[in-house]
Amino acid sequence: MRQVTATEGTILTAADLAGNGVHGDDPDVHGKFGIFGGRYVPEALIPALDQVAAEYEKARNDVAFLREFDHLLRTYAGRPTTLTEVPRFAEQAGGARIVLKREDLTHTGAHKINNVLGQALLTKRLGKTRVIAETGAGQHGVATATAAALMGLECVIYMGAVDCERQALNVARMKLLGATVIPVHNGSKTLKDAINEAFRDWVTNVDTTHYLFGTIAGPHPFPEIVRDFARIIGVEARRQMLELTGRLPDAVCAAVGGGSNAIGVFHAFIEDEGVALHGYEAGGRGLETGEHALTLTAGSVGVLHGSRTYVLQDEEGQTIESHSISAGLDYPGVGPEHAWLKDTGRATYHGITDAEAMEAFALLARTEGIIPAIESSHALAGALKLGRELGPEATILVNLSGRGDKDMGTAMKYFNL
Amino acid sequence: MTTLQTVFAKAKADERAALVGYLPAGFPTKDGAIAAATAMVEAGCDVIEIGLPYSDPLMDGPTIQDAVHRALTNGTRIADVLRTVEGVAKTGAATLVMTYWNPIDRYGAERFARDLANAGGVGTITPDLTPEEAGPWRQASAGAGIDTVFLVAPSSTGERIQAVADCCTGFVYAASLMGVTGARESVSSGAQDLVERTRAHTDLPVCVGLGVGTGAQAAEVAGYADGVIVGSAFIRRLLDAPDEASGLAAVRELGAELAAGVRRA
Repeated sequence: MRQVTATEGTILTAADLAGNGVHGDDPDVHGKFGIFGGRYVPEALIPALDQVAAEYEKARNDVAFLREFDHLLRTYAGRPTTLTEVPRFAEQAGGARIVLKREDLTHTGAHKINNVLGQALLTKRLGKTRVIAETGAGQHGVATATAAALMGLECVIYMGAVDCERQALNVARMKLLGATVIPVHNGSKTLKDAINEAFRDWVTNVDTTHYLFGTIAGPHPFPEIVRDFARIIGVEARRQMLELTGRLPDAVCAAVGGGSNAIGVFHAFIEDEGVALHGYEAGGRGLETGEHALTLTAGSVGVLHGSRTYVLQDEEGQTIESHSISAGLDYPGVGPEHAWLKDTGRATYHGITDAEAMEAFALLARTEGIIPAIESSHALAGALKLGRELGPEATILVNLSGRGDKDMGTAMKYFNL
Repeated sequence: MTTLQTVFAKAKADERAALVGYLPAGFPTKDGAIAAATAMVEAGCDVIEIGLPYSDPLMDGPTIQDAVHRALTNGTRIADVLRTVEGVAKTGAATLVMTYWNPIDRYGAERFARDLANAGGVGTITPDLTPEEAGPWRQASAGAGIDTVFLVAPSSTGERIQAVADCCTGFVYAASLMGVTGARESVSSGAQDLVERTRAHTDLPVCVGLGVGTGAQAAEVAGYADGVIVGSAFIRRLLDAPDEASGLAAVRELGAELAAGVRRA
């Protein structure tokens, strides 16, 4: 194992970044996690995907690249992020011990910064000068615009018109950071349509442009690359939990939309058999209403956005529009690695309704003085339920993937503030 | 039933390129699509691609997105697609289905291949199915006796062209440019190069699509390709028409212009 730097706090190694096969769960040569993943894209994009995969394979083993990424994570993103134990919140969770991994404290306010810094560095290695990205809640768009500003890259963000409206603050942030934000008026006008539009841009401008994909979905190698750059969350948290509690947690909880924050915190714990992994999807108004984003818990296997995975689709393969109060979880697909973790039984996925998430959102604010993102509130709501099941002896790690400032408009309406 | 092999043999005998027209099922209406495709055949299209409307058409430009959206809003389902194929095949044109992979995957590869063959369809074009993932579909298609057409692009390396061509029967679809579907001011200069590179790997006919919309462009492409594929330009005529009758007239007019183009080269 190569050590990149031993001078301060975080020490990022090639194994930290990718597991380097230590976990035996890298996808195969075609990007498959079991039957999931792969590439279902126009042939025109294959050379670009091959180029990204080849350059990433070099980068992940290049000490200079790892050192630069590590330096940015520490001096720009604000890593390592701390753990915070939340006893007053945990009183509502059957007295179980609840510890938050504070990704909300990173620069730009969500875990997305980890992936974008890694991919922006990769963009420069690829010799490309322009990045495009899709965004749902706007967090990935803001993070991408931030990294582009930092590294002098041209930046175009595709965002569903509905999402532009409910996340107006983030649209303004992206513009201020110098990005061009293009509202997408096709289809459901949300994240999935923004992804379609970004692919159309990419196939047209692939010579100059890197598609800075924001989640662990999409064609190979995106699920692997985004996971590896998000993996630092769990690497740190595992180490910190041992320091704080002297042992590993009984369970790790995370919200799942596309699945990047969840895979980021899960991945370092996959080999720890005693640690249960729980993902919480957006149950929206409830499964029975049909207005939800329960891809893993109520979807079926299909192909969406270049990857075989669980999808919300009808019996003829048409994508069904998802619903969530949280724009970041409002997506009818999910990363193929989660599909694989579900089918192998290593992780368990559950639904949390809009109402349950908003209750946890308010509870954390009132009991601990932390306003979480509504996305992360799904994991908090899950931890409340799980704590009541496991009892006071249990320790639960929750990935607090982002902060809730961006959600104040939604909160004002929901709670009549 | 007219096969692709018959079509290209006949076009070759006539010393011209084949004309391939695309239209999504259900657009402008379920019956209107059959009428419009029939008009395309009568005006000179040798092959018709019937698009299977899909919710996430990520390689299509605004014109086809618009048409597909209308088709889905009309309630167009796979049964309607098959009915459209049946109606168009009766005209004597070789009729294909062009579709993203997920609808076939969900419907069942063997079931779709069989139902398409029974409707008189001669094959499919699957723009997001790569050689690595194409095994089940090639097998199902071979079992049903229908052709499989896949795409090469200007970015394709020789190795990729070989891999794609090895999966094709009927013809190879050469995407003329890096981009989405839609008519352009001019045909990309890379198209001829791609056709020549593709011919080095296969004896199958090579057809060019993306960005072709006028008689002059059809004539230009027919100078080096075995077939000229036109989609968005036909759809544009239908979208811009004030009523169905004038839409059909405009489609006939464009079809005749293109048919003259492929014979002028």
